[in-house]
Amino acid sequence: MNKPEYKTDLPVMLPPKAGVNGSFDFNLKPWHGLFLLGICVLTSTAAYTQADPVKAPPFEVLLRWMPLLLKGFMFNLIISVSAMGIGTLVGAALGLGQISLHPWLRKVSWFVTQFFRNSPWLVLLFFAMFLLPFELKIGGYTIPLPDWLKAIIGLSLPVMANVSEIVRGAIASLPSGQWEAAESLAFTRTQVLWRIILPQCVKRMLPPWMNLYSILTMATVLASIVGVSEVMTLTGQALSAEDGRTDLLLPFYSFILFLFFIYCYPIARWTVYLEQKFAVKT
Amino acid sequence: MTWSEDQPMVSIKNLHKSFGELEVIKGVSLDVMKGEVICIIGPSGSGKSTIIRCVNALNDIQEGSIMVEGQEVNDPDLDKRELRKKVGMVFQQYNLFPHKTALENIMMAPLLVLKQDKESVEKLARQLVKKVRLEGKEDSYPGELSGGQQQRVAIARSLAMSPDVMLFDEVTAALDPETVNEVLLTIKELAEDGMTCILVTHEMGFAREVADHIYFTDKGVIVEHGSPATFFDDAKDPRTKEFLSQIL
Ligand SMILES: Nc1ncnc2c1ncn2[C@@H]1O[C@H](COP(=O)(O)OP(=O)(O)OP(=O)(O)O)[C@@H](O)[C@H]1O
Ligand SMILES: [Mg+2]
Repeated sequence: MNKPEYKTDLPVMLPPKAGVNGSFDFNLKPWHGLFLLGICVLTSTAAYTQADPVKAPPFEVLLRWMPLLLKGFMFNLIISVSAMGIGTLVGAALGLGQISLHPWLRKVSWFVTQFFRNSPWLVLLFFAMFLLPFELKIGGYTIPLPDWLKAIIGLSLPVMANVSEIVRGAIASLPSGQWEAAESLAFTRTQVLWRIILPQCVKRMLPPWMNLYSILTMATVLASIVGVSEVMTLTGQALSAEDGRTDLLLPFYSFILFLFFIYCYPIARWTVYLEQKFAVKT
Repeated sequence: MTWSEDQPMVSIKNLHKSFGELEVIKGVSLDVMKGEVICIIGPSGSGKSTIIRCVNALNDIQEGSIMVEGQEVNDPDLDKRELRKKVGMVFQQYNLFPHKTALENIMMAPLLVLKQDKESVEKLARQLVKKVRLEGKEDSYPGELSGGQQQRVAIARSLAMSPDVMLFDEVTAALDPETVNEVLLTIKELAEDGMTCILVTHEMGFAREVADHIYFTDKGVIVEHGSPATFFDDAKDPRTKEFLSQIL
């Protein structure tokens, strides 16, 4: 009867609240953003009062670099949207492959999904960076593959695998009576899937899919490790251009965190809203 | 492939069905003539659902034969969709499509499966809504309807395919007592219109009233069958007697 209970305050020790795709639930609160903004403002102004008067105040430095940093952040968003788009398309196909009646297609889809879902994102990114050629020759055409494109492909791999699981999971979560009712009305399998099953799955898939997007957005900074000039790379460059002043570290990095917060927070709110809305309806 | 109306519309012969190692139907035979209503009754787990699910090929069959209008269901080359156009089925859990309104639920299959034109399908669907007494509920979603109303939509949805046989699997078992009667009334009217029906039910009074023939199943075999009068008043088999004494 008495199961051992883990008493801990450390979040990492607690069992994860599994979403549909088994990912961690996303729990941003407004004070997270205020906290980050606070650090950014305080450290960029307060630090200045004791700083060397010869150096420019951190706040000014940050303002000076801000346009570049925002540009870099835009690049992160472009990477995230593109990787999400590609990953969703391919992942949806893969998810449908996982429920195919064709045993081989099913097995291969399952394997590909599991493989990419259980590999660290950074490894997949490196995998794409170093295994893809710098250009593709198709027929007479040469398509260049710049680093940022490879980064998009690399990040779309884990997205693909997670979307595949979201699709498979949503389909499996529908009561089998839906299939039986549809089949006994003589619908073809394709009709059952597209007209009856998938439309019902969309609302089940939306929250985990948006969750995945938030995680992906935050993972775009991994692209800095492979040299894509996104916001982290640019921050690093900005800081070294300022002679590696340590009093700039906190203002800069808390500013970056804040940028991610103001982008991800509305998404997280909306996800929670959708989750609640759909939970009531079905 | 020549079937005429003086032959049984559904003819089950020596049906055997196993789930893995477990044999749940052990040689069942029964015939249903056109326009007949038969009721299958029996204790839980005796295989009633399994029998009728075999008729429209929702379950596959290990041994024996099921002929529907002269077409063998236990045939690896069977076109299940052609079979299912002739055999309608209503489930205990209604299984309406929750993202479609009542009217859309009814219209979907004639539109997409039979490829009939929208105008005539809508006309038919509205007639069916009237038939199951749901005027005014055309645009309601299943979630906005009571169990009894949902079940009547499900019946109308099945009828929209103009099936030759209807299968009902304990369609009132999930309903509140007050709404059971409205669904039974709908089925009764259907039977009076001459629809061939195979019903699994626990409603003994109803079975007695509408059935032409009653089959009693226990542990995968038909223990006893007969007209309602002989079955209810003059049961021979001790298992039937015991079941009836518990239920009546
Ligand atoms: N998909 C399945 N897999 C394995 N066993 C099954 C399956 N479906 C039914 N059975 C078994 O087959 C037997 C007959 O089940 P069936 O559903 O036909 O009974 P029933 O007479 O309809 O019972 P009830 O009155 O409870 O609906 C039961 O023992 C059941 O456990
Ligand atoms: Mg049953």
